[in-house]
Amino acid sequence: MNSLDSLFFVRSELFLTGALFVILILDFFIKQKKWLGWLSFLALVVAFRISPSFYPDQGLFLNYFAWDAFTFFFKAIAYFTIGLTILASLAYEKIPERQQGELYVLLLAMALLLTVMGGATNLLMIFLAIESVSLTSYLLVGFQKFDKFSSEASLKYVLFGSVSSTIMLFGMSLLFGATGTIDLTRIGFLFSQSTGPEIQHIALIGMTLLLVGIGFKVSIVPFHIWAPDVYQGAPTPVTAFLTVAPKALGFAVMARVLLLAFPHFIHKWTHLLTILSILTMTVGNIIAISQSDVKRLLAYSSIAQAGYILVGLAVPGPLGLQAVLIYIATYLFTNLGAFFTVLAIERNLGTNQLEAYNGLYMRSPLLALALAIFLLSLAGIPPLAGFIGKIYIFSAAIKANSVPIAIAIALNSAVAAFYYFKIIKAMYLTQPAREGRTTFQNPLPIKIVVCATLLGTLLLGLWPMPIIRLVEQSITAFPIF
Amino acid sequence: MNMPILSSLVFLPIVGMILVVIAPKNQHQFIRTIGTIVTGIVLLITVRLLFAFKPNISDMQFVEHISWIPQLNVFYHLGVDGISLPMILATSLLSFLACIASFGIKERVKEYFALYLLLVTGMLGTFLSINLFLFYIFWEVVLVPMYFLIGIWGGSRKEYAAIKFFLYTLAGSMFMLIGILALFFASTPHTFDMLELSRNAFALRFQQIIFMALFFGFAIKVPIFPFHTWLPDAHVEAPTPISVLLAGVLLKMGTYGFLRISYPILPNAAHWFSPYMGILAVIGIVYGGFVAFAQKDFKKMVAYSSVSHMGFVLLGLAAFTTTGLNGALLQMFNHAMITGGLFLLVGVLYDRAHTRDLDSFGGMWAKMPIYGSILIFISLASMGLPGLAGFVSEFMVLMGSFKIYRWMTIASCIGILLAAAYLLYMIQRVLLGKLNPKWANLPDINAKEIFMLVPLMALILIVGVYPNLALQYITPAIENLVRILGGTLA
Repeated sequence: MNSLDSLFFVRSELFLTGALFVILILDFFIKQKKWLGWLSFLALVVAFRISPSFYPDQGLFLNYFAWDAFTFFFKAIAYFTIGLTILASLAYEKIPERQQGELYVLLLAMALLLTVMGGATNLLMIFLAIESVSLTSYLLVGFQKFDKFSSEASLKYVLFGSVSSTIMLFGMSLLFGATGTIDLTRIGFLFSQSTGPEIQHIALIGMTLLLVGIGFKVSIVPFHIWAPDVYQGAPTPVTAFLTVAPKALGFAVMARVLLLAFPHFIHKWTHLLTILSILTMTVGNIIAISQSDVKRLLAYSSIAQAGYILVGLAVPGPLGLQAVLIYIATYLFTNLGAFFTVLAIERNLGTNQLEAYNGLYMRSPLLALALAIFLLSLAGIPPLAGFIGKIYIFSAAIKANSVPIAIAIALNSAVAAFYYFKIIKAMYLTQPAREGRTTFQNPLPIKIVVCATLLGTLLLGLWPMPIIRLVEQSITAFPIF
Repeated sequence: MNMPILSSLVFLPIVGMILVVIAPKNQHQFIRTIGTIVTGIVLLITVRLLFAFKPNISDMQFVEHISWIPQLNVFYHLGVDGISLPMILATSLLSFLACIASFGIKERVKEYFALYLLLVTGMLGTFLSINLFLFYIFWEVVLVPMYFLIGIWGGSRKEYAAIKFFLYTLAGSMFMLIGILALFFASTPHTFDMLELSRNAFALRFQQIIFMALFFGFAIKVPIFPFHTWLPDAHVEAPTPISVLLAGVLLKMGTYGFLRISYPILPNAAHWFSPYMGILAVIGIVYGGFVAFAQKDFKKMVAYSSVSHMGFVLLGLAAFTTTGLNGALLQMFNHAMITGGLFLLVGVLYDRAHTRDLDSFGGMWAKMPIYGSILIFISLASMGLPGLAGFVSEFMVLMGSFKIYRWMTIASCIGILLAAAYLLYMIQRVLLGKLNPKWANLPDINAKEIFMLVPLMALILIVGVYPNLALQYITPAIENLVRILGGTLA
């Protein structure tokens, strides 16, 4: 489809771009930055409402961008995450008021970029999208610029991120050199035609390098070393956002690349991903056990969760991809909820140390209950959202007869339960060392985001049919299913 | 209005839980009343169910069948038959009695009763589900409140005991989940329905793998040697009412899993495994008995006696005869009554003396004559005195298995001797001998405590004298199971 016709399908992105500039300009005039936050949230809602609900047969902009059910799904994931993050940031006082306007603008830009990432169907777009998402992430991580942990995290992120981008770009250049095209589908077609061993080797090397690059972005072991420091150092709302949206979109890109460009090599990459997924969940979980900082513990847990998601791609077939999408949807509410609750607790306790959580049920029964539910959901206890995700991941592994993966998930679930219950134990079983201050005070936006994620966690567990239906539609975007 | 009876059983405690949650925090008496009324109504509904139940039908009755997650073919599917009925009765009765025993809980009362009622829902749901997906959900729903109930209101090592219980069971249930999903994908059409699954004939190799996956989940719950190490910790640390439910209901969830899921769906694998099951049963019986004999802690002794008595259930399961399986199921019910009673009695003594050290007692019968008599009555039932319930079921198990596994059956008889030994030794140390002057002022058992024990004693006596009353409910379903298994109808 030519560029002019395509504009119709990107109207919500156009609207968001406009809104972004308006808010940037308003930032000069409005002293009460909270209003900018609410305005950004509103812009996001409107942009989401006006996205076209039907899908063209062809790719937009001369096949550079696909507007299909798959893109829509990940756009929804990105918008939900960013909308909730904006609300949570409204209650985060560690960022100076002067800078808050820019935070909202960056988050809106992130929504735009993530959508592009979800719909990118050729190497150039993929690289541009991932790179701009990364650049924006670096800025967000370093947003508390007077906090040395935040700055350190940002710098670390930049260094690791640049290296991974370079590796990815190198892989892309090999693929382009071998096929002469940057279109994923076309690459897939050409690889299926050519049987020469040289081409096969180049394809495999290119694919592996590309996977390494994306693996960095979604923090798969052994490319995860940056993640804990970055997640711990970043402002808490940003951490919440980083553990969900860019990761989810990273998996979207990975799915598109593997399924469109390398269906021919499916046995090669499923083996590779099987090993990586088992490694990721095991390493993430085992290191999480010894953490004493709740934020850092959740950071490692989110690495392990990436391992579970990867299982969906490591087993071929439509059920695997469904599992990826469903897990991401359930993980969105559960993980965001856990981080937002930690944020609400951090505002009052002033620390994220596990000892500070002792006897939390007395001081804030509702927050303790909310965090307990999120942790149980992360542990995959029914009837919560995380259980539906886990059921799908398990199903995908078992349907593909992948016994090692199934056993790895089973054992990892028990390990993970141990450290999730460390937090629950501190909150409910341990008595506080000394009488704390009076009850917690939290502003409205925090209450909204915790309630919204809690509702999502409960509803997806008890009433998962709508999300399963949406996911089943989404994966029809792939012709091979 | 015609309420679906099984759903009202399962969800009434949830309604009670919501009432408790919205009740004011300091109204302890009000919260206790809600708990008692709710579990009381659950018991009444169960009694009504008992009378409405048609004993001569082997199929599921009072079935409720509603589509829940159509994409996964998951149904909200409840039903009751002769196998689940005794478990439902035991669960409702013990839930009600343990709820009264919970009046002794003084701190965090609101949370206690909220979690307690959630636990009741989980237990009843587990026994009533016919859909494996639903079964798994209820199975896990039991876990979480149990963790808190042990971990918050337990004894000195409560945190360790709670997490040990939780992790053991969770690890087991993860393998069970793998088994359940594998069954789903192997069946045509894909289904979680236990009845439809039992109509599928799976290959032996596949059955064996799935049997072992499910075995992990069930064996840890029973617990079967060597997976039993969580049990003494959990039982000893848990508060009295929770020990009652742990021993009376939760252990049975494991053996019920064999009867309800593994045996009918995987009959060939069950055959293949039955000699090993028999060996594990004998180990449990003898080992549990010896360890119980060595205990100084009253509660730990009762806990290990459970390992021994649950061994008889397993021996009955290994035999594949109507008599053996009937005996196993009856033993599950009887053990729930007997061991529930014993834990309540331990609690009565502990509430007064604040110790469970068997050696520190002596001559209590003179001080607490009613307590002493009840303790002797229930102990005699536990050691299998003819005329009381324990004898009937253990005798049936031994009779059913003797033809199949002669030497194992003979070895199991050691367990009966051991039971007599450790129980009489306990009676000697607690009730007889010289009175420890420290306990000279202990009051006898009070009316509330007698009220909790009388129903259990009545059932023990009735089943012991006229076992047919219970057997008529369970035999048709068991015979049906034996037919599926291709065992001997005798």
